[in-house]
Amino acid sequence: MSLLQITNLNLSIHGFDILHDVTLSIEAGEIVAVTGESGSGKSMTALATMQLLPKGASTTGHILLGDKDMTDMSEAGLCKMRGNEMGMVFQEPMTALNPVQTIGAQVAETIRIHDAAISRAAAEEQAAKTLSRVGLPQDRFPLSRYPHELSGGQRQRVVIAMAIALRPRLLIADEPTTALDVTTQAQILDLLKSLAREDGMGLLMITHDLAVVADLADRIIVMRKGKIVEQGATHTLLHNMQHPYSKMLFAAAGHQVALPKAPPPAPLLEVKNLVRDYRLSRKTLFGPAGTFRAIDDVSFALQRGERLGLVGESGCGKSTLTRALLGLEQTQGGSITLAGEPVFTGNAPNLSVRRKMQVVFQDPFGSFNPRHRVDRLITEPFHLLPKPPTGKDRSRAIDEALTAVGLTAKDATKYIHQFSGGQRQRIAIARALIIRPELILFDEAVSALDVSVRAQILDLLADLCGAYDLTYLFISHDLSVVRTVTDRVLVMKSGKIVEQGVTQDVFENPQHTYTQTLIAAAPVLPDIGATA
Amino acid sequence: MLRHTFTSMLRYTFKRLLSLMISLAVASIVIFMVIEVAPGDPASFMLGMNAQPETLAALRSELGLDVPKIERYFTWVAGLLTGDFGTSYTYRTPVSQMIGDRLWVSLPLALYALTLSTLLAFPAGIYAASRRGQAGDIGVMGATQLGVAVPNFWFAMILVLIFSINLRWFSAGGFVGWDKGFFSGLHGLTLPAIALALPQAAILARVMRSSLLDVLSEDFMRTARAKGLTQRQALWRHGLRNALIPVLTIIGLQFSFLLAGSIIIEQVFYLPGLGRLVFQSISARDLIVVESVVMLLVFSVILVNFLVDLAYAAVDPRLRARS
Repeated sequence: MSLLQITNLNLSIHGFDILHDVTLSIEAGEIVAVTGESGSGKSMTALATMQLLPKGASTTGHILLGDKDMTDMSEAGLCKMRGNEMGMVFQEPMTALNPVQTIGAQVAETIRIHDAAISRAAAEEQAAKTLSRVGLPQDRFPLSRYPHELSGGQRQRVVIAMAIALRPRLLIADEPTTALDVTTQAQILDLLKSLAREDGMGLLMITHDLAVVADLADRIIVMRKGKIVEQGATHTLLHNMQHPYSKMLFAAAGHQVALPKAPPPAPLLEVKNLVRDYRLSRKTLFGPAGTFRAIDDVSFALQRGERLGLVGESGCGKSTLTRALLGLEQTQGGSITLAGEPVFTGNAPNLSVRRKMQVVFQDPFGSFNPRHRVDRLITEPFHLLPKPPTGKDRSRAIDEALTAVGLTAKDATKYIHQFSGGQRQRIAIARALIIRPELILFDEAVSALDVSVRAQILDLLADLCGAYDLTYLFISHDLSVVRTVTDRVLVMKSGKIVEQGVTQDVFENPQHTYTQTLIAAAPVLPDIGATA
Repeated sequence: MLRHTFTSMLRYTFKRLLSLMISLAVASIVIFMVIEVAPGDPASFMLGMNAQPETLAALRSELGLDVPKIERYFTWVAGLLTGDFGTSYTYRTPVSQMIGDRLWVSLPLALYALTLSTLLAFPAGIYAASRRGQAGDIGVMGATQLGVAVPNFWFAMILVLIFSINLRWFSAGGFVGWDKGFFSGLHGLTLPAIALALPQAAILARVMRSSLLDVLSEDFMRTARAKGLTQRQALWRHGLRNALIPVLTIIGLQFSFLLAGSIIIEQVFYLPGLGRLVFQSISARDLIVVESVVMLLVFSVILVNFLVDLAYAAVDPRLRARS
């Protein structure tokens, strides 16, 4: 008998169908990955298994854990199962822990609520053991630590400790590494894998990251719009995909674009010995305030028509550098010039340089004012111009920008909520293009998108490079994307650029140990074209 | 673990204490200056329009108004620190004694009202939040809407009508004092305390509810449920403490308001409280009384803020770390 057996599971929330006829099983010690794009129902499958569904949900079908059916169990019975026989790890480690309780209390709580007889001391001792097991030894991470004293990866380890403290038979991990850096992601995935193997635990892994899926899972389940479209053993499925959607999904994940040749080099952006310090709060009352050097002696040049990548983990100074380049912050040393002119003059950004740069941000949902129509949104950069176009010139500029990004002139009168995430990112690109900037900064511009949409946006970038001779700086934590859309790449760590060079060279033959670690840690999609 | 918490709490307390001192010093200067520039010399006010210049000068020197301003400021502050608030121009009695008498009414009244309001608001807010959108929630929210809308003097009149005139459980006004024992004093303050507490409780319950609802949708509440906690356990163990910060802020504000803002209620119940004292002193241009009462109120507001800050830090370890 399988450890977890879900049969013909249907789920609707307030009458809206979410899951349709989902059937899957997990054996003890097996790692099963459920994958799919947003809205495919993969997270809801996990929550249904835990019976932690939102209000208004109704299910039919069966979810058997061993011989117990979750769907007809009382709430009290479910509370006994949760945390004891099945544990769950969530996506966002920064918010998954109670900020006002110590990590020791939170891990010990799992133990104490399922065993009324256990003493506080015994529960804490067991919590300490569990924390050591997930890589948080007591000498460095005592029980008295609070969540805010830990990094994202360390917090995720605490969440895992809470979930496995009682050695549940089933562990559900819902996008456990999506919010983490690649090196941290590799460590957490290793941890989950070894825990599943050591304890003979079934691991149900929900993730949109196909490279992670291919790396980790014994079996893969592909979902789309609430249905399972294909499932099978990892090796078999990867090399013999049946369903066109799975094929499309994996093809999109490994999508490569063909960048047109860059025009002959002419220097555009020059950054020399840039330094950015942040003041820290004083440690003692009258002592000097310390500083934190976010950018440390950074120098690089960007040629006209060049596509430059910038990679590095969170906190390495990528965003600070972006803000400095845009003239949004004053720097403490060095210089930034665009076509020979400084970005920042005196205490204010230099407007004549500002109008030559535009930026596309990560979040397609948060970066637009919802009360403005698209025409107003994408003409916002016009206020940088001394004489913004009006009347016919203005509408022609709007039409051109929208058409360039694959939308139509009619979209100009719509509001932003009428567009999908991918379309919104197109609008963000249109907004950047409309004043024909000499340089565009893409700040994690495709990170929030599903793989199939991401592939389309990357294609759009390649097309625009051909049509407009775009020069851009592409900032991303996703190495595979940077690899395909850039000519040259900078690798940043702790405020310094540790390596730079032609993208292909850096990826194939990294010189700096940090670059090597980074590339080794990034999960890679196997070459699925090859047959086994 | 405990020692770590203790030292960080101690450091935090010290820092807040320092900021309290600075606030007090700045406040005293501002109050002194504002009162000084206000028109109406107390001496000429006391002697009337047709006073002889010599009499006026004599009174001024008697009141200490003829020395330089800076000297008067320091004399005043030194007095405040030693409990000597000066002498009232109009009543010719020590201000400290006048304020002391009134404080024995106003301070217990404020504390009483605040306790009642908290005792009412916490259960109501928690109940409403845990039954969001259901009949219980709608009922509580409707009641609080009424509580916010209806002025407290109207509550006061209704309370007098029911409990004093009809039921004769409480007296309709006046205050017997604390000489006859704690409980008889408390008994005398009950109706005004309730009248003051009801609107405050309504506000506090709404804050409690919305703050708790915010917390209930946090990720860590879902984590708690995944551990096997019931809805109720998760709310009590993880929700409540996280929801307290905005509630503590409101409680702090309410105390300051209750201490001096109860003029109307003091009038309705004929209570000899601080509010009435301020009112009378302003009409009589008894600047030294006004000055002292305002300084006292500022002190109490700053003190309450200090206590609220300490309560924040006790609730939330992140605030201890930040300082």
